Amino acid sequence: MENNLITYLLALPVAGSIIILYLKKDNIIRYTGLIFSLAVFIISLVMYFRFDPAIDGFQFYHKTSWIGNLNISYQVGVDGLSLLLVMLTAFLTPLTLISSWSAINKKVKEFTFFMLLLEMGMLGVFVSLDLFLFYIFWEAMLIPMYFIIGIWGGESRIYASVKFFIYTMFGSLLMLVAIVWLGVYASGVLGYFSTDYIELNNVAPGIAGTMQNFMFLAFAFSFAIKVPLFPLHTWLPDAHVQAPTAGSVILAGVLLKMGTYGLLRFCLPLFPSASIYFAPAISILAIIGIIYGALVAMVQTDMKKLVAYSSVAHLGFVVLGIFAMTQESIQGAVIQMVNHGLSTGALFLLVGIIYERTHTREISKYGGIAKVVPVFSFALLFASLSSVGLPGLNGFVGEFLILLGSFKSPVLNSWWYTVFAASGVIFAAVYLLWMYQRVAFGEIKNPAMKDIKDMNKREMLVLAPVFIFIVWIGVYPGTFLKVSEVSTKHVVNKVVNNSINEVGINAD
Amino acid sequence: MITSLIYLAVLFPLAGFLINGIYGRKIRSEKIIGIIGSAAVGIPFLVSIGAFIESLGLPPDNREIIISLFNWMNAGGLNVNIAYQIDQLSLIMALVVTGVGFIIHVYSIGYMHGDKGFWRFFAYMNLFIFAMMNLILADNFVLLFLGWEGVGLCSYLLIGFWYDRKFEKSTTADAAKKAFIVNRIGDFGFLLGMFLIYLTFGSLNFNDVFSRASAFGVNETTFSFIALFLFIGATGKSAQIPLFVWLPDAMAGPTPVSALIHAATMVTAGVYMVARCSIIFASAPVILSLIAVIGLLTALFAASIGLVQNDIKKVLAYSTISQLGYMFLALGVGAFSAGIFHLMTHAFFKALLFLGAGSVIHAMHEEQNIQNYGGLKKHMPKTALTFLIAALAISGIPPLSGFFSKDEILWYSFSQGNIYFWLIGVFTALLTAFYMFRLYFLSFEGKERFGNDKHPHESPAVMTYPLIVLAVLSAVGGFVGVPEIFSGEHGNFFHSWIAPVFSAAERKMSLYGFHTHFEEILLMVISVVGAAASIYSARYIYLHRIKLADRLSSRFGRIYGILLNKYYVDEVYDKVIVDPVVKVSDKLFWKIADNWFIDGIVNGTATVITSLSQYIRKIQTGVAQSYALIMMAGIAAALLWIIISNL
Repeated sequence: MENNLITYLLALPVAGSIIILYLKKDNIIRYTGLIFSLAVFIISLVMYFRFDPAIDGFQFYHKTSWIGNLNISYQVGVDGLSLLLVMLTAFLTPLTLISSWSAINKKVKEFTFFMLLLEMGMLGVFVSLDLFLFYIFWEAMLIPMYFIIGIWGGESRIYASVKFFIYTMFGSLLMLVAIVWLGVYASGVLGYFSTDYIELNNVAPGIAGTMQNFMFLAFAFSFAIKVPLFPLHTWLPDAHVQAPTAGSVILAGVLLKMGTYGLLRFCLPLFPSASIYFAPAISILAIIGIIYGALVAMVQTDMKKLVAYSSVAHLGFVVLGIFAMTQESIQGAVIQMVNHGLSTGALFLLVGIIYERTHTREISKYGGIAKVVPVFSFALLFASLSSVGLPGLNGFVGEFLILLGSFKSPVLNSWWYTVFAASGVIFAAVYLLWMYQRVAFGEIKNPAMKDIKDMNKREMLVLAPVFIFIVWIGVYPGTFLKVSEVSTKHVVNKVVNNSINEVGINAD
Repeated sequence: MITSLIYLAVLFPLAGFLINGIYGRKIRSEKIIGIIGSAAVGIPFLVSIGAFIESLGLPPDNREIIISLFNWMNAGGLNVNIAYQIDQLSLIMALVVTGVGFIIHVYSIGYMHGDKGFWRFFAYMNLFIFAMMNLILADNFVLLFLGWEGVGLCSYLLIGFWYDRKFEKSTTADAAKKAFIVNRIGDFGFLLGMFLIYLTFGSLNFNDVFSRASAFGVNETTFSFIALFLFIGATGKSAQIPLFVWLPDAMAGPTPVSALIHAATMVTAGVYMVARCSIIFASAPVILSLIAVIGLLTALFAASIGLVQNDIKKVLAYSTISQLGYMFLALGVGAFSAGIFHLMTHAFFKALLFLGAGSVIHAMHEEQNIQNYGGLKKHMPKTALTFLIAALAISGIPPLSGFFSKDEILWYSFSQGNIYFWLIGVFTALLTAFYMFRLYFLSFEGKERFGNDKHPHESPAVMTYPLIVLAVLSAVGGFVGVPEIFSGEHGNFFHSWIAPVFSAAERKMSLYGFHTHFEEILLMVISVVGAAASIYSARYIYLHRIKLADRLSSRFGRIYGILLNKYYVDEVYDKVIVDPVVKVSDKLFWKIADNWFIDGIVNGTATVITSLSQYIRKIQTGVAQSYALIMMAGIAAALLWIIISNL
């Protein structure tokens, strides 16, 4: 049982999607999809409670040979870095299905089918311990997302979905080349071709200077597109704006995290010297993303686009945390990935909720709706404050740890990174509160806003669990921080120890 | 042990917030909501009194007690608890916040009567007290920051409380947003300060940091940076130059909010924080001098604006900025105790002034222009009398509370600073007395200048009793801090009570200097006589020769205009910072860099590949003859190459 948990986790959504193909009634399809995704969430909870945070290594580990000749295997497991993301994925999927209950009313079968396949792809990315398997999931997850944007999206959905697909695909091809090269390199050292992450973990850091840099870049480029790191971000606003609400939530909540997760899981441990070599450059791009993303978000006229650009800023914090390579900053980055999934997920849900009523996302069309829809306005304020990083809510814990860690980072070794990054806390307040003010405050000028209905029970049901976690992480982050502690220590030690000899950095 | 129950002082306001916030709309009865809201602050006040009495029974050096609730954040070397520190400083603050807070809550029951958002108001006010209690009781920087941001949020919510109303040229929501964002600029500094503290001392707990700060051989540059960063935070929250611009606009909120948040408590958070970190600031003498200068300039600058403002709340707002400047002056010359003393007395008389102003605004149907008041004493004697007491207190007339605290600051600005500090300080005090009595005489004395549509009346008891209580405190509150020259060596209760908190800082600064009692009394007499003269001239001008004021303002039209427009600071900030940032973000970053350049490259790449393919496609014509022709040409070329290479 224990060792097969992850396999159940991956198999359930597939089973669900196949069953759905044989169903006819929309509502039955909706409920079936929901039940399967809830079952996945329950499994992820079981994993959380059985997970031993003190163990340094992978748990629920399972390995079965797949392509024997090349030693490629179905190899899965989670550690402190991936468990929370698995849970986040399993948590958000049922919520997005509920949120689409009335928004998606054509081709419900196809939609639910793709959503479940998407869930499988995302979970696969987080649990794979074989690079080949990882790559399969990484690519596989593109397909359902392509259709979700392309079929249920907005006006220019085709442009957005093609752009999303090709952009990401372009990056992953480089990664594929690098994976093959790694396998060949491994055969030189081990005597046999291998894409086994655990084996490569011991082998890859020995790759000599320039080649290691190339390998790092090939992986990092692919991940950076996904994050997205400035200046590779322009697919994001298009994809977000065109995607249906469920797509945007999953896109922001989980898909972007695959990029940062990849950086943390593969780039740092496999190519430690290259990571340190490139850390300043990547951190600078991350910081440009923080400030630039925030400033561009500030001047958006479309609510959804504003939230999309805010993602560029928030993910900049995560990347900075990863490449500062301190215990505090990486733990902060892991929790911030979850935070961003919750707060930005909530913001997209809210934009979707109001869009269903008014059919506009133009900020200037709103104004004064606090009077008409008080519950919605409260929820919007709450989600914004979480995104702004108000202490007591989740965003603060992540941002604070990231900034604190990057300030003392021996790898970056300069205050300036943090000084610039911290200015992001000012801009975040500017763009979110400004949007909030223009939407909720003031007098009602647009007569169309006079009789919109407040949130219904179903919509509250979707947001309530998100809000509970927003407060939980803010007040008692220990529940989640303790999960990532040992694994983070492992990565930090690995990177910094590996490089003391070569680069001469003083470990703290 | 009541002290160990101190967390109740934090939890009750939170409970009040949750009850009124969730059920307030359904409760409907203003009485019940008001009682819940007030009790949620009143009970913490009783707890604080209990803790204070217990603390009195302990030896002065053992009065610091830490009550730890649970572990908050633990990552790497960072270990932060939700823990409350009770000592002489936090007890004073707790008493002021809950005491004055309770009075203002009671007053609000009357003031907010009939407002649709009555429940919302009390929920926010309770949330504010919750955040403020965290701020002052925290035993570490991170929890303090939680309170710090929390009070900022409540300030935002309460300034924008009437979110559909106009305020001056824009809306209350604009004022609220401005307050939050300007405060965030300060918070940015505060965050950097925390990071540097963590880097230097390896902890963010007060006890660790402060004990290491007095023991470690940390160089002065590091201390200076820490102190500078923290002080940037303080300038935001406590509205000092250059971040004071949000406070005058904060007057868009209901008047009890101005009294509680923007006069008595929240805006003094910066003063509290600097006092709490006294050892760090004492180790950075350069920054300490900077604080004194900024405080002094802010005091003078704000007082000069206060001279000409006509909105009753605006005058009080600039007066608050000015008085906060005094507190920073005190901190800057190392007189931490005097700064906190003034914080306390100021909380009494400034809260009273605002509540009095609220009573007037209420009676005058939202009219706030003092030029349209006059002769109100007749209609609302209690408000007028209590307002007069507060005005006398802030003007530094003995033996009211403001006299003792302000005079202590002036004395230290001379004895531990220099004669210029004192001169500017006294000059500002004269301005203060003048504009306060300009306000008093224009409002309460003289001829009535309002129309027949207004029927001013005294406010109900639920509003006047709070005024009376605060008036008593403003009158006698200073006696806890009677200067040693009058009361003997240990006669100054306030000073000896709070001294242990600042002892480490004072050792570090090792302030020597010998001044005689004669000097102290001489300076005191000068400032009191000056203030009295100021009051007299205000009375002369605004009661008897009101035309003189007009003549003066037209004679010095330029200066008057500058003062009336608050030195155009808002306009300059808009032109120099806000507008360019928005324009550059919109035109350059979004439209040019993002849409045109970056996305242009992305889409351009796609276009180039598509059009290249158009050309390559032409090779695939599907015409067999052309394939054959090309094949022939290829064979010929290959043959030619073989022949040439064999030659």
